[in-house]
Amino acid sequence: MGALLQVANLHAWYGESHVLHGVDMTVGEGETITILGRNGVGKTTTLRTIMGIIRERKGEIRFGGRDMLPVPLHRTAHAGIGFVPEERGIFASLTVEENLLLPPVVAGGGMPLEEIYDLFPNLLERRTSQGTKLSGGEQQMLAMARILRTGVRLLILDEPTEGLAPVIVQRIGEVLQKLKARGMTVLLVEQNFRFASKIADRFYLMDHGRMVADFPVAELPDRMTMLHKVLGV
Amino acid sequence: MTTIFGIPLAAFLGQLLIGLINGSFYAMLSLGLAVIFGLLRVINFAHGAQYMLGAFVALLLLQYLGVDYWLALIIAPLVVGLFGALIERTMLSRLYDLDPLYGLLFTFGLALAIEGTFRYLYGAAGQPYSVPPALAGGTNLGFMFLPNYRGWVVAVSLVTCLGTWLLIEKTRLGAYLRAATENTVLVQAFGINVPLLLTFTYGLGAALAAFAGVLAAPIYQVSPLMGTNLIIVVFAVVVVGGMGSILGAVVTGYMLGLAEGLTKVFYPEASNIVVFVIMAVVLLVRPAGLFGKDA
Repeated sequence: MGALLQVANLHAWYGESHVLHGVDMTVGEGETITILGRNGVGKTTTLRTIMGIIRERKGEIRFGGRDMLPVPLHRTAHAGIGFVPEERGIFASLTVEENLLLPPVVAGGGMPLEEIYDLFPNLLERRTSQGTKLSGGEQQMLAMARILRTGVRLLILDEPTEGLAPVIVQRIGEVLQKLKARGMTVLLVEQNFRFASKIADRFYLMDHGRMVADFPVAELPDRMTMLHKVLGV
Repeated sequence: MTTIFGIPLAAFLGQLLIGLINGSFYAMLSLGLAVIFGLLRVINFAHGAQYMLGAFVALLLLQYLGVDYWLALIIAPLVVGLFGALIERTMLSRLYDLDPLYGLLFTFGLALAIEGTFRYLYGAAGQPYSVPPALAGGTNLGFMFLPNYRGWVVAVSLVTCLGTWLLIEKTRLGAYLRAATENTVLVQAFGINVPLLLTFTYGLGAALAAFAGVLAAPIYQVSPLMGTNLIIVVFAVVVVGGMGSILGAVVTGYMLGLAEGLTKVFYPEASNIVVFVIMAVVLLVRPAGLFGKDA
């Protein structure tokens, strides 16, 4: 499996504060990768830096072989990376359908609108409602659905299950399985262990702004003691 | 003679019409200000100057190139809109990361520079711009005499306001604008060129002002100060309507124009200050404006 995303010695800053201290990671084509770690170790920052939202960065980010550091934020999606933020980012001044159609299609192979509505029938039903009138779970579905349309190759998700009911979490798991079957590459940050163990192929464990471990899902049971210690769960 | 509240009906309706005309300009100008403020968070003090530029471009086109009113109505907004886009790209865009006060000071300085230049070149006195022949004359409505050109201005301003509202509320471009107003970073992360969107928006606002300026040329005289006199009232309109609210800007524009007209009928001495009295009252009761969100 060739590496779709290659991150090497990545540093990032929020103003004066140095948050990432040399992150190394690779994401293979078609892989689903989960980053684990305690709060405040730099997981969200890693995603936002790869996406290009955080511009004070140094090191190497290669996507499909292309150097992403000089790419401006509004060209990142066109390179093939889609982003679902932790706060979901549903727009209150847009209807559900306007939210869904907002991100421009950047490449062929995206999910057609009918298929998206098949996958998320609630969104079809409520397509004329104001985006933020949806429930938390529906908003998360919408946030993911709108990226699926665009034809990106890598989907970056920041805590997709946070604050959602178990039945919705299960639903999101099903959607991610479907995406995987379609060959989508997924990089996500997730606190929900059980959820992550069902969808991820590989884990990165993060601490103090760098990756401290990297193991496939098969090794998860053996690593539990170590994980409990590091994560403090 | 028919009277209403002891005032001759014709005089009453006449003032109401003047109010409606003024309101048309207030609405079109505050609309542009609201569009710019909504996305750029810049209080565009150069809006009056851009309105004046629109009228001047029409006048100069006529004097030097013989371009008539109808063509000027298209060319002047394009010229001023491009000028606005250039200003945004080369100067205003450098101030977005700073305190909003800098944008205000910059556009204020820009307005002074533009108006000063035109006063130096053309003097402070107004120059006439004649009504296009097709719209000369008037129509007797039975209860009053309506100059055709004024009827045209009211109609065009309504269409312009409605068109801008539709552009922002119903189109894909409008959805980008609304989304970018809420969360610029995420809209960029979706692959939309927000800096370009900002340039376009400022250009659109400037073009709207210039369009209003061309419409105004045959009614008021074309003078370097025509914008200065108007812009203060327009800012009051924006404050009353609620900063950044498109609908608020339009409705309040017509409303305050009419309020001014009515005041002229009943208590002419107060007609120049009624808008500001209303502004003060609204600020006391609803600081976010009549259509503002956080009221």
